[in-house]
This record gives sequence, structure tokens and C-alpha cells, in this order.
Amino acid sequence: MARALLSGNEAVARGAWEAGVSVGIGYPGTPSTEVLENLVKYEDVRCEWAPNEKVAAEVAGGVSLGGHRALVTMKHVGLNVAADPLYTQAYTGVSGGLVYLVADDPGMHSSQNEQDTRNHAAGAHVPLLEPSDSQEALEFVRRAFELSETHDIPVIVRMTTRVAHGKTLVEVGERRAVEPKPYTRSPSKYVMMPAGARQRRLDLTSRLAGLKTESEHAAENRIEMRDPALGVVTSGVAYQYVREALPEASILKLGMPLPIPEALVRDFAARVDRLAVVEELEPYLTLRLQALGLALTDVGFSFVGELSPSIIAAAFGREVADVRPPLPGLPPRPPLLCAGCPHRGVFYALSKMHAVVMGDIGCYTLAALPPLNAMDTTVCMGASLGMAHGMELVDAAEGPIVAVIGDSTFAHSGLTGLLHLAYSGQGGTVIVLDNRTTAMTGHQGNPVNGVAIDGSEAPAVDLEALCRALGAASVQTVNPHDLAEVQRVLAEETASEHLSVVIAKAPCVFLSREKNTPFEVDPELCKKCGKCIRLGCPAISRSDAGEAVIDVAQCVGCRQCTQVCAFGAIVPGGSVCDRGGAR
Amino acid sequence: MSVTTVVLAGVGGQGTILAGDVLAKVAVSEGLDVKLSEVHGMAQRGGSVQTVVRFGEAVYAPVVDPGTADLLIAFEIIEAARMLPLLRSGGHFVANRRMVQPLPVLTGDLPAPGGLEGALRAEGAIVLDAESLACEAGSPRSANIVLLGAASVALPFADDAWRAVIESRVPPKTVDANLRAFHLGRSACEEGACAL
Repeated sequence: MARALLSGNEAVARGAWEAGVSVGIGYPGTPSTEVLENLVKYEDVRCEWAPNEKVAAEVAGGVSLGGHRALVTMKHVGLNVAADPLYTQAYTGVSGGLVYLVADDPGMHSSQNEQDTRNHAAGAHVPLLEPSDSQEALEFVRRAFELSETHDIPVIVRMTTRVAHGKTLVEVGERRAVEPKPYTRSPSKYVMMPAGARQRRLDLTSRLAGLKTESEHAAENRIEMRDPALGVVTSGVAYQYVREALPEASILKLGMPLPIPEALVRDFAARVDRLAVVEELEPYLTLRLQALGLALTDVGFSFVGELSPSIIAAAFGREVADVRPPLPGLPPRPPLLCAGCPHRGVFYALSKMHAVVMGDIGCYTLAALPPLNAMDTTVCMGASLGMAHGMELVDAAEGPIVAVIGDSTFAHSGLTGLLHLAYSGQGGTVIVLDNRTTAMTGHQGNPVNGVAIDGSEAPAVDLEALCRALGAASVQTVNPHDLAEVQRVLAEETASEHLSVVIAKAPCVFLSREKNTPFEVDPELCKKCGKCIRLGCPAISRSDAGEAVIDVAQCVGCRQCTQVCAFGAIVPGGSVCDRGGAR
Repeated sequence: MSVTTVVLAGVGGQGTILAGDVLAKVAVSEGLDVKLSEVHGMAQRGGSVQTVVRFGEAVYAPVVDPGTADLLIAFEIIEAARMLPLLRSGGHFVANRRMVQPLPVLTGDLPAPGGLEGALRAEGAIVLDAESLACEAGSPRSANIVLLGAASVALPFADDAWRAVIESRVPPKTVDANLRAFHLGRSACEEGACAL
């Protein structure tokens, strides 16, 4: 069969489908999102976006209990949310295969931390498989379902950004029909009251012993003997880097690093002169091998950020390429809110109010950067509400304190926070940025926008009614592109004593198919005051003479800048090609 | 055949991912082992973006290290300058003349860098105006394919292979404009504008 160039995430979806999975469910999170976006394209699989990873893991647990195979997907920090079901699912075990696909983000390309999922797997006492390319991603997912059913336990497949978003050639297979197992009631296995849980804890220990034997003989754990002078124990994408950086080195590749195959590791150690570990993120294998009493060559990795072939080559004293000096004076290019982003109207108002802004996870986190400087914190999904309340409890600021959270993040982890604010009776101002989509991860459906994972219509929650039901005394919906309205409503609500929710509702620019007429600046009318520049819109810059200039190629005609210009200098513009292309 | 490493860099939204995908698929269609790496998520919101395509008989790492890229294709001139340290000695370099000012420049907090075109040419770069050629091709959005066309002169793939992949990969309505864009870019290089 011809080989296809698939991303790791596409290959995971293919592997799950080939394994006969019945249900795929998760919450979007870079770099895991594309797994379900691809799985939904296959027939005979039901896929859903859950409001958060905990719900997803519980739905998957139900599917498994019902005798079918389930895949649950999330990014690394999502596993913190799903850790509660996972840690106890390890005790109850499974009926149909239950596989967690968890994608770590070394280097934090699109994440708030770089935690290592292997530590969660060890804490939960569940096995973990770690592919190093797309072919293995497909095969390891199929294998994970078999391991899950054979050993009565959830299995984690750990991806990292380079495996998830890297594309490599894959030989695909066909779907294998899996006979569902009939549901049989078994309270001693599934009702985790202390007496039953104690039994299952002991049972987990014996299942782990079986898994350890499996790991010792797994095809995924293999020794590649080359020159015995140096032996490297490695896993995941780091294996590919070692192959490139140290082509003559002998390798123990651990595709199933948990549970650690002790005998295999000792055998490998005995066959090489020097033993070293190369792994990305935490020193997980390093500590395990040291605990076995093995002497490791310290190559001085920092356990922070991503590895690469050159980093490894340098650590082992090999020659690396000569590098040209960088050109001096290059400005950094941080990501930014898009031209025409509806969030900008809200943060422009908060910036003018000098509000203390407890932020959340989403595109709008970018409002923390200059020139808006309109966000004080970003920690985790839903943190904005609780942190705003905590700041209020201790009168931490003179000016207004607000919580700002996106629509999908609010559905994920904001509801309980709002409930608490209502229960506390202390008031507060919460701004829900409802841009009708889960934007940062690539525009997924969610319970607020009423779009299902396949793009079809789904029941949408009435956000205003929901906020009132949770206890908000005032709920107002504003158009964030109307700067005067946003400023008026925010001034009103932050001055009030009651709990209020302001919903800033306008679609993400990526959702608008109809482009409005772009604007341009009439240099005769521009007074060079710079007010439009302070919006931080990437379409607006200054000419050498100091006038504002709008890049009509980027402008989507949101009209926010026309409202801050006091001189009427921002007028409808023409096409980019009329101007000879590049500026 | 040893491994060839190509880096495509630009600003989120400029079409680097599509161009990288086209290049990777052309290499696959020629029977080579191929790996591609890119970063999704927050960086795509107007930040610096980079796609790495590596092809050859057997490719291991999907990433690029400083001093090892055989070919750089830059969609924007500041990003071109930023990735210069990736280029190996004797490597090829195609850069778009367009500057997309980063936010610190737009807001006046940092000056726009000057003299980049000259500095890049001094390092052996071919600098062209991809937007003008894209407009000439009939779609200002096809600047990414213009650049791919220009860079194709430095790559060992036949014209037909490029055509087949572009036809299958771009939106149906834009196939003609993109094929024109590819050939305008390629001609610009072949006609001596570049010494690849």
C-alpha cells in the first residue's frame, strides 16, 4: 500500500479508527486538537467535544464500561483536569479499551507550562506508550487499546508537539471490527467505596506486575546495537534526534517507558561501555535508571525546553555546524490579536479604565502585551473568576478588578467560579468574551456557540440565562466593536456593588465570510496623534512622516479605529493590488 | 542521496503551512522519505512562524538546527533576517521584499530595521517582490506559491510534480492563479534575477 504523509495527530485518529474505536471525545488543546478533528471524518465513530477534559474522560469511562473502545484526547494541562477520573479508573479498570491521548508541549509553543505527562502516568499507575513518529503513533494507539483490555487498565499515549504536528510517512491499515462486551453489573469493581477501593488497589498492583512483564518483552521496547562504546536510553522524538546526532551509538528505544522494563535496561547497560539517557522535559528515565543503581554519563541537559540534534551532538562533544552571526537590531515579533479582533474593543476599554484584569486561557491572553497592557494574570482554565474574587476579598486594588474569560473557557471551568462569586455575596464583574468559537485552537464548536464537532448545528446554551441562573444580578450583552457602548457598560457595572456579567458578543474574524470594506487613512486629515496606533491593531502603522497608515491587505473593516479618530481621517479604502502589491 | 533541509518562515497567516505542505508532498511524489514540522496555536496569531521540510533517503529529526538549512524561503523580510543563522554555508536563500511590521514597531516602541535587503543580498539571498508577482498572477493571496516557484529552481523536482501537487492542494477556484504564481516565481529566478 502507498504510504501517506500524515501528522502524528492524523495517524492517531487513523490508529484509533483501525482499532475499532466507537467513541472519541476530548477538549481542544494545542498540540492535541487535530486528533478528534480527523477522527470525526471516519465512519462508524461517534466524536464529541466535551466542555472540559474531566467530562470527556468520564464519558470515555462510560463508553468503556459499556463494553466499547473509547479514545479521550487532551493537551498536557488538560490531564490535570481529567486526573480525577484517571487516577480512580486505574483502580476500577475497564471493559472496552480506554485510551488517553495526551499531548505535551516542550518549549511551550502554545501552553502555560511544560509539565511532563509521564509523571501523571506514574502517579496514576497506568502504562504509557510514547511514539517517535506518525507510523508509531498509528501503531501504538492500536496497541494501547489491546493493552488496555488485556490488562484491565486505561493506557496513556503520550505525544509531544514535534510528533503531534510533525508529518511523516505512514503505511495505514484497515479497520478491525471489535465485538462489544455486554454490560455486566459489578459493584465490587466499579463502586469505589473504601472497602472496594482497597481491594482494587491491591488488584492494581498485580495488574501492574503483569504490565511490567509485558513491558520487558514489548516490541515497542527494543535494543539497537551498534558501537558498544556508547549506549543511549531514549524515547519519543528524542530517539530521532539521537539517531541523527549520534549515528553510531547503540540505543535502547523505549516506546513503552512505563512501567520501566528493568531487566531489559540492565541487559542493555551490561552490553555498553558508557550509558546515557536522552529525554525531553523531566528527568523521568534518568531517575528510574539511577534508582536501579546504574551509573549514567552526565551529559548536562537542562530538562527545560526542546531538544534538537545539535543540542545532543554538543552535549556528547561532537562537532556542530558553524553558525552565521544573527543580523543586529531585529525587533521581536510576538503573536497578537488579529486585525478586526472583537476582543480588542473590550481590552481598549479596560486599558483606559486602568482596570486590574484577571485573565484566562485563549487568544485574548495576547491583550497582556503592549500597547493594550490590559491583562494582569493568566494561570489556567477558569482561574480568572476565582482570582478576581480573591483580589476583591483583600481590597488589593484601588481601581476596578474584573475577570475576563472566553466563551469556551467559561463553559470549561468558569461556571463553578461564577457560582462561587454568587454564593459569596460579595459582588464582582465578570466579562465573557463570546466570539462564537473556541478560537485559539482553530475554531472548534462548544456548548455556547451551538456547533457540533462535525460542523453541524448543536443545542446552544442561553448564556445570559445561564449566568442569571448561577446568580449574576445583572447580565448585559454588548457589541465589543462599539467602543462607546463597551466603555459605558463596563464603567456602570464595575461601579455597582452587585455581581454582574458583561457578555461581549461578536464573531471571531475568522468566522466572518463576508469581508467589510477595508479602511485607509487620509494623510491630509491625519493629525499624527497616534490614538489609533494605541489600539494595537496589526493593520495600523505610522509612515516615516508620522501619519497613520492602514494596510488594506490586513484590514477587515471592523471600524474600531474610526471610533477613536477624532479627525475623521480613517476612510473607506481600495484593493491591495491597485497599490502595486507590497508596501 | 543525503538529506535536504528546507525552512519556510514568515508571519502567521502568510501561507507558510500550505507552501510547506506542497513542498513535502512533491518530495513524497518523487519517492523520497519526508518529514515536516510546524507549530500551530498561539504563534499563528501574527507571530513568527516556521515550517521545516526535510527529505532524502532516510530522514530522522523533523526539526532544523542553526547552520544546517540547505534552503531558506522567507515570506517576510524581518523573518528572513531572523532565520539567517539557520542557513548552512553555501545554502540557498529566497526572501520576499515585503515587510510586515511587528507590533513593537507599529506602536513606535522600536524602530523598523533598515538596510535588510542589502544585508541579506550580501549573505547571498535572492530578494523578490512576491506580492507584485502574485497580483500579476491574479491573486494577491498566492505570494506564498510565487516564493515556492522561485525556490523550486534550487530543488531537484520536475515541473510536472509541482503542478500535480499544487492542483490537488489549493482551493479549486484558485488553481490557475496559483499555477501562474508558481511559474512567475520560477521564471523570475530562471531569468537571472537569481543565481540559484
